[in-house]
Amino acid sequence: MEDDVKKFLYVNRKAPYGTIYALEALEVVLIGAAFDQDVSLAFLDDGVFQLTKSQDTKEIGVKNFSPTFRALGDYEVTKLYVEKESLDERGLTADDLQEIMWEDEDDDWAEKPSIRIVSRAEMADVFADQDVILSF
Amino acid sequence: MSYDVNGQTVETDEEGYITNLSEWTPDLGAVIAKAEDVDMTDEHWAVVNFLRDYYEEYQIAPAVRVLIKAIKKSLGKEVGNNKYMYELFPYGPAKQACKIAGLPKPTGCV
Repeated sequence: MEDDVKKFLYVNRKAPYGTIYALEALEVVLIGAAFDQDVSLAFLDDGVFQLTKSQDTKEIGVKNFSPTFRALGDYEVTKLYVEKESLDERGLTADDLQEIMWEDEDDDWAEKPSIRIVSRAEMADVFADQDVILSF
Repeated sequence: MSYDVNGQTVETDEEGYITNLSEWTPDLGAVIAKAEDVDMTDEHWAVVNFLRDYYEEYQIAPAVRVLIKAIKKSLGKEVGNNKYMYELFPYGPAKQACKIAGLPKPTGCV
């Protein structure tokens, strides 16, 4: 079975609410999670804004899907790589991002953080390690 | 399609999911359940309430696999297993329970 598992990386480069890309990517991830693959998400460029805290979409009349990122752990999607340089360039730090945890069934349901902040060089290694890369 | 509850008409889509999520009440849940031929017990309501809380927190209706795992954790494995959940909701625990809970169809359901 192990041979059938591929490493999928979903790359998010756009801000959450100006376009439909972020929501579409998230839905593809949630649907694709049913196929038991090894899934990671990458957030770079304006994509880092997708994980920022306290999003409020009332005034623009669209659904606020930011809380949905916190459900990813339930779908066994537990690796969210965020590029440090992209945060720095936008004046953001790790504290500006929402807390996203997953529960490790094999470790007495211990809560562990899903967000991993990596340098641009480390992100290149994450990319190089994948079988399939889908860019949004 | 629509449901009548306490003299009010509540609109639905062609599959019977209500279109305005804020119109849901437990009374409406009972009416939808009746239309679905589901006899609501405490366990049914526990699943429906769980789904509503999940949607409130994450803004999605969970996939069936995720639902059963979470129910297993919160209500125990007597309720949180495939067989029992399908006994409660024969047309699919996620699909049918979401309809009764007044939520959209789970993401990924066709």
